[in-house]
Amino acid sequence: MPGIEFLLAALTPYNIMLAVAGVVAGTMIGALPGLTATMAIAVLIPFTFGMPPASGLIALGAIYTGAIYGGAYSAILLNTPGTPSAIATTFDGYPMAKRGDGDLAVTLACIASVMGGLVGAAFLLMLAPPLARFALAFGPVEYFWLAVFGLSLIASLSEGSLLKGLIGGAAGLLLGTVGLAEVGGDIRYVGDFNALLGGFDVIAALIGLYCVPVLIDLVATPDPHLKLTHQVAGFRLREAASIAWRSRFNLIRSSVIGTLVGILPGAGGSIASLVSYSEARRVAKDPKRFGTGEPDGILATESANNATVGGGFIPTLVLGIPGTPADAVILGALLVQGIRTGPTLFLQQGQIVYTFIYGLFIATVLMLPIGLVIGRYAFKSIVSIPKAMLVPSVAMLTILGSYAVNNNVEQVQQMVMIGIFGWIAARFGFTASPIVLGLILGTIAESGFVQGYLIGNARGQPISEFFTRPISIGIIAFTLLGLAYPLITARKHKRSPSNE
Amino acid sequence: MKRFYKSIAAGLIGATAIAAGIAVAAYPEKTINYIIAFGPGGESDISARLQEPYFKKLTGQPVAIQYKAGAGGAAAWSQINSTPGDGYTIIGTNIPHIILQPLQKDVGYKTADIATVYWFHYTPDAIIVTADSPYKTLDDLVAAAKKSPGALTFSGSGTNSANHLAQQRFGKLAGIKTTYIPAKGTGASNAALLGKHVSGAFSYSTVGTQLGTQVRCLAIALEKRHPALPDCPTFKEKGYNLVSGAYRGIGVPNTTPKATQQAVSDLIGKINHDPAFIKAMEDKGFAMVDIGLADMPAFMAEKQKEYEELARDMGITKK
Repeated sequence: MPGIEFLLAALTPYNIMLAVAGVVAGTMIGALPGLTATMAIAVLIPFTFGMPPASGLIALGAIYTGAIYGGAYSAILLNTPGTPSAIATTFDGYPMAKRGDGDLAVTLACIASVMGGLVGAAFLLMLAPPLARFALAFGPVEYFWLAVFGLSLIASLSEGSLLKGLIGGAAGLLLGTVGLAEVGGDIRYVGDFNALLGGFDVIAALIGLYCVPVLIDLVATPDPHLKLTHQVAGFRLREAASIAWRSRFNLIRSSVIGTLVGILPGAGGSIASLVSYSEARRVAKDPKRFGTGEPDGILATESANNATVGGGFIPTLVLGIPGTPADAVILGALLVQGIRTGPTLFLQQGQIVYTFIYGLFIATVLMLPIGLVIGRYAFKSIVSIPKAMLVPSVAMLTILGSYAVNNNVEQVQQMVMIGIFGWIAARFGFTASPIVLGLILGTIAESGFVQGYLIGNARGQPISEFFTRPISIGIIAFTLLGLAYPLITARKHKRSPSNE
Repeated sequence: MKRFYKSIAAGLIGATAIAAGIAVAAYPEKTINYIIAFGPGGESDISARLQEPYFKKLTGQPVAIQYKAGAGGAAAWSQINSTPGDGYTIIGTNIPHIILQPLQKDVGYKTADIATVYWFHYTPDAIIVTADSPYKTLDDLVAAAKKSPGALTFSGSGTNSANHLAQQRFGKLAGIKTTYIPAKGTGASNAALLGKHVSGAFSYSTVGTQLGTQVRCLAIALEKRHPALPDCPTFKEKGYNLVSGAYRGIGVPNTTPKATQQAVSDLIGKINHDPAFIKAMEDKGFAMVDIGLADMPAFMAEKQKEYEELARDMGITKK
């Protein structure tokens, strides 16, 4: 292990206290819909300026990893991802909670998050420099295809109707075109509404599309939000651990996918958890159980999104290029602290870097007890709180969360509008996930395409640029394979035609 | 006799300064809200974070930094004048943004609506290539661009941004044609640069310091060489009259009384003269400027003219 001597430096009572406080704060903030890991870090950064650099970094890493985990609570218990990274956790988490296994789902998410966090941190410790070079191999063309790959997953993830999933995805793509194009500078579909210049915000859309329909349905139906089928006693840790052990390959595979996607600047936790989810489902013995409350679904998404934490630090520390939006904030803090990131950081400031990496390990391990305890309280309060109190408090949170995006009332208006649209769409069988994925992936695909075309054009090969680069060919092949897979298995089994 | 007049003049200046000081002696009495028109982690945020401790140190009062991102800054700038003009709300402002945006479209504010009281630094544009790039000097690069017009690609932050304008201006000055690849911010531009997906970056000097030995700065758009990048020649040294970049300043709601505006301006100026602050800023590749309230009208008029011409040349003004 490189720099093992710094493990002791990380293990001071002060650092451990910071890690505990960071994980607690991060988990709570991440659990609130709309308050993202990026925001949690940005708010808490000034407190780290008085600390020694390694300790400050440990605190930020702990907040970050806690916030990504915390996003699972609201995904599981309210069907609303607390952060974009937890979108795919709603697929199986909420059905589990619906059937009374919310506590088990929260415990599973905790185990998976710890596992993913440890794998991501291990990659950061052992293989950071070579993996950073891998990240650089991804150019605009590769991001374009990666986004197309993500969009192709909509097809396999659409529950019920493929056509409706695709229509939802297309609607999301269209929403993503509104506003000032970041690349190209065109102003599209804004009309006289200057509020739309910034486009539709992903977080506002997330809260609106997932949370508002849940709230309306809660009010419209007399049933309690979640039924309690058993006595809430322990954490159901033993049960969860045995499920996790049975699915150890899923956990490891998803953690590695999460780390690799996390390394790519501009991809992030939402893509990581989506890709690992669809992989887990593809190799599962009974893929049809996914989407109906399958524990493997939660294990896949929650390990992958926490693995992006360690993965995202790789380009941030090695190259000075933030791997995720949260890393961009941390990078800013590093610069203010006078730490110069780059290839020489590990050599020249090894003490800071290795102390931080071991601190990240410590914070991740601490997340197990902390996460279990907070998770249990979150579960208990959501199931025991009367509906008359649950609905207004969640409604309040949706407004706070969307306001906090940019400290701006415009995102609240967007959230409400998109939410009502989402509720109507849901009544016609259009689910939220394809729309949100279209919105997130559309902008990645667009800038990748525009940049790739411009670069290709400068080389005199605007079209073949997209089809000749080795990594692009690999992603295209994966996309085609993924799209054809249901057809292949359907033919092999010669059962009733696949309904996906 | 001459000396006599001089001392009277000095006395008068001193007296007015004291009088102005009394009028706003109490400023600031409470926390100042400092709005950043962008998200956290960017150059605006970093420079504000560097300023932050000096507010407390010089006045005893802290600042609360808030992010109000959206529409390239326009979301925050179009709303600033509806906040109370009492000196307790200040906002980061940027050139060319506040000049170019209203030229392109009705974005909810006009350049004249933004009351900037101090421009405190600017990030000069710079041409950055990877350390192992075949272009060792600016001359190599210009020669290569002349040989195959349009084939050289430069990443930079955003479309119609300071980087983009500099790339166009340099193309004109050097008589070359290159391709600009807009990226979503400086971080994404850096990734394209280090991954060698582009020939180089038309980016900011801060990239040269931040990426360190991974890159080489071929030219910087400053009057004199930057202390943190002593090996990087200026465009002027190389015979191209290009001094450009993104200016960052502090603005207030335009209803703020002149005396309070002056107090804010003086405070930012005081921070800007703290040697430790200057060092921290320059280490990161920023270049200090000091344009206070007194010089503001002339400076803004000059920049307005400069960018209007550029915008016309690039065809980005609204029809």
